[in-house]
This record gives sequence, structure tokens and C-alpha cells, in this order.
Amino acid sequence: MMLMKRRDFLKVGAAAGAMASLYGCAGGGKASGHVVVVGGGYGGATVAKYLRMWSEGGVQVTLIERNPTFISCPISNLVIGGTKTMEDITVSYDGLKSKWGVRVVQDDVVAVDAAKKTISLKAGGAMSYDRLVLSPGVDFMFDQIPGLNNADAQSKILHAWKAGAQTVALRKQLESMKDGGTYAIAIPKAPYRCPPGPYERACLVANYFKEHKPKSKVVILDANEDVMSKKGLFTKAWTDLYKGMIEYRNNSEVKDVEVGTNTAVLEFDKFKADVLNVIPPHRAGDIAAKSGIKLINNRWVDINWLSMESTSTPGIHVLGDAIFPAPTMPKSGHIANQHGKLAAAAILNMLNGQEPNPEPVVMNTCYSFVDAKNVIHVSSIHQYDAATKTVQPVKGAGGVSAARNELEGKVAMGWAKNIWADMLT
Amino acid sequence: MKPFAPIAALCLLAFASVSQAADPNLGRNLAATCANCHGTNGNAVKGSGMDALAGMEKAKILQKLADYKSGDKPASIMHQIAKGYTEAQLDLIAGYFAAQK
Repeated sequence: MMLMKRRDFLKVGAAAGAMASLYGCAGGGKASGHVVVVGGGYGGATVAKYLRMWSEGGVQVTLIERNPTFISCPISNLVIGGTKTMEDITVSYDGLKSKWGVRVVQDDVVAVDAAKKTISLKAGGAMSYDRLVLSPGVDFMFDQIPGLNNADAQSKILHAWKAGAQTVALRKQLESMKDGGTYAIAIPKAPYRCPPGPYERACLVANYFKEHKPKSKVVILDANEDVMSKKGLFTKAWTDLYKGMIEYRNNSEVKDVEVGTNTAVLEFDKFKADVLNVIPPHRAGDIAAKSGIKLINNRWVDINWLSMESTSTPGIHVLGDAIFPAPTMPKSGHIANQHGKLAAAAILNMLNGQEPNPEPVVMNTCYSFVDAKNVIHVSSIHQYDAATKTVQPVKGAGGVSAARNELEGKVAMGWAKNIWADMLT
Repeated sequence: MKPFAPIAALCLLAFASVSQAADPNLGRNLAATCANCHGTNGNAVKGSGMDALAGMEKAKILQKLADYKSGDKPASIMHQIAKGYTEAQLDLIAGYFAAQK
């Protein structure tokens, strides 16, 4: 049954490809063809929906995602802090299927053949594409922390930096911790996914401790020189709301761990915690490297900012946390959604034999909770600059909250509802 | 500097004429950058507390944006975002949302 389905995809894909090349020469008219999207997170789900919506159903879209449902990283720190549930951050892929006609396949892509324009699936079979979009997020460089480079260690010392089972498991570790214990979170050197996320998590764990385990402490082991995002607002929250509870240590890169004792090994020092939460350094999701496209520093995908297309491999577009970022651009869900729209517009033009939009704009908004209700934001707008061939932040625009406030706590949840709908329904 | 102004203007004109023509979907693409918060095509999720921009009169949207930019209208974030777009871009965005249902 499944095999038949895949063969059908292959046939349909090939037929659509032939049609696309016909239309490609003609120019104008409605775009058609088959686009395969790998990864159904903030970037992938968005590009899938917008390709269908903007082509008015002319382009076939197959979305391949390993998880049965979308689980959001943004807002997941509230689950770890105990004020939201997994249900609150989980959204079905049904809207993409029924409303937008996206074919959603639950599987993993194990190989990409850029010359033949096919991908191979873990469960077997292949699929052809006219254009491929990789939105694989990040994978962790466990080899940088030798003690963490095995499955057993990874089940005990969690990252919870991909929302899902690890989110639930970290919450359980915090619930089981005795009052008077220490929770330590280790932050890798930038760039990493969601720059303010670790500091938000420190706040929300402290918020939980304050109410339920008031003798407990939070320690931030930051590999960076300083707080990477919203510094003034976070440090003020730590002083005002969690005095004596949160300790911040800069230049504290975790080089190794001792799993049996929950100990982080730093360059000159060791730190033992009751709950040790290590976010390892990351790089583009594995499929990016496997597909043979050009990476910068062996980690992040080099893309053309007019189309999000790989600079080395025509026909493959890459979105979200996996790319080498533009100046000051964070790795965020909001930005991945914006990449998805930029790519959708470019792909439709290219399938139609036209140039991509020469003046794309993307923008970022990121809300962080400092307790269950109060929020701080950072925003930025990035306009394409032909001279530097990248998107540059607009000077004098964007910024941070004047102060933490409850109004933005409501806005943050409004943001979540709208962006999830913008991607998935 | 003054005597050179006309030359500078001519250079700009020349540059504009050789640069690529604007994408016919530019308004759509720009408006999509607002959809994360204001909903796809300006149809914000009901009860989410975000302004639904679909079908709002173009002049009204432009006035709001101008007031955010000038600081006349207090905001938590829109005063920072409105400044990131050119007047021509805001005009296209407002026109696109006004035409949505």
C-alpha cells in the first residue's frame, strides 16, 4: 500500500516535472511542478502552505516530516516551567493536508541526489522533484562533548532544545529534584538556535523554584562572553524577580560531562548540578551535509538571499536555522517562517521561468517570558542589499521592549496562535 | 556639494533604469512579512488580540503606520517595525491588505 503510494508520487512528480519544464520556457502563466519540502517546522510548513496558496494549487507539494505532529520550540520553555502543557504547543498537520492539499509524508529523508533530482526515504523508495526545499533545523555536535556522545548519556543529560520528548523529560527531572537543589543550563557558543531561549528558560525554571522549591538555585554556564540577547532586560529580571536564585557565569564552555555525577567539565573547573541541561553546539541538520551542498565552517548552509537557493547546488533551497545567517539575523522560528515565504515566492517565479524578487525583506520578532506573565521582545527588519548580496538590518528600526510587561505576555500568545495558523492552517 | 546634486540625481536615475524591474507580486510578498502576527493575508486568528488587517481601508492602515513611525501612536513593538520599511513598501503593504477579504 505504502509502496504503491510512493510509486504514484514518483510518477506524478515526474509528470509534473515535464510540465514544469514546458511552462518554464513559456514564462508567465500559473506556476506548476513538484516541490519536495524536507522538514515540517517553522520554515518547511510555511513554504509548503505558501507554495500551494500562491500557486492556487498549481504546484504540487510533498512535505516529508519525521514527527506525526508539529511541536513548537517557542513557548516550550513554559512547559518546562510548568505553566503550559505539551497540548498547548502541539499542532496537527491536518490543516496542511485538507485545506491546502499538501501531501504530508511521515518519514525521514536519508539521501539527496541533486543531479537526478531525487530523494531517498528511510522507509524505502524514492521521490523526484523539480525543486527541493530543505528545512532540517539543527543537529547537535555531540562529539564536541565526549561524555555526551552516546545514547545513554543523552537520555540523562538533556538538551530539550528540540521540543518534544526531551521537553517532557526535562520537566520531569525538575519535578523530581529536591528543594535546595541546583539546575544548571549550559549554553554553546553562538550561533545557536534561539539566542534568548536559554536565558528565558533560566527565568522560567527559577519562577517554578520560587513557588515550589524556594531553596533551589539556577546556574547559567554560558560559553559566550556575555548574555547574547536582551541583556539589560534579562539581567534586570534576574535581579528584580529572582534575587539570589540565578547565577550567571560567562566564558564557561562545557568541554565534557561526567554523566554519573551530573557534572559539567569546564576548561579550568567542574560544576556539579542536580539537574544538568546541556545544549551542545549545533550545525545544520544532517541531511544538509549528506546532500553535498556547500556549508560554511562545515556547519551552516551557504545560500543566495534572493531565493534561499544553495550557492553550490541549483534546485535546492534551504531555510531556517540550518543556514549561515545574514548579519545580526537570529536563528528563530519567526525568521524561518519568513525564509519560507521568501523561498516560496522565488520558487514560483523560477518554476515560471522568471527571476526571483530582486528586493526581498524579512523581519524578526521574538518574545521571551521572564515569568509566567511578563514578557520582553526583540525585533529587527532586514532588507536585501545588492552591494553585499545579503539582507542587512535596517538601522534605526527594530529594538527591544522598554521594560518587561504583562501586555506583551498576552501579545506573545497571540503571536504564537497567529504564526502557527500562518504555517499550518 | 550643491553643484553636484543634479549629477547625483542623474546617476540615481541611470542606476534605477538599469536595475531590475519590481516583482509584480512585491506587495503580496511584503505583506506576507506581517502575516506571522496579523494572520495569513491579514486574517488574524479570532480572539488572538492581533489587528486583522484584511479589508481595512488603505488610508487607515497608512495613517496607523505613520503614527507608529512618528511616535504619535504608542505601541509595544509596531513603532520599531514600521521604521524598517520604506514609504513605498508601506504603501504596497497597505494596498495589498485593503484588497483582501
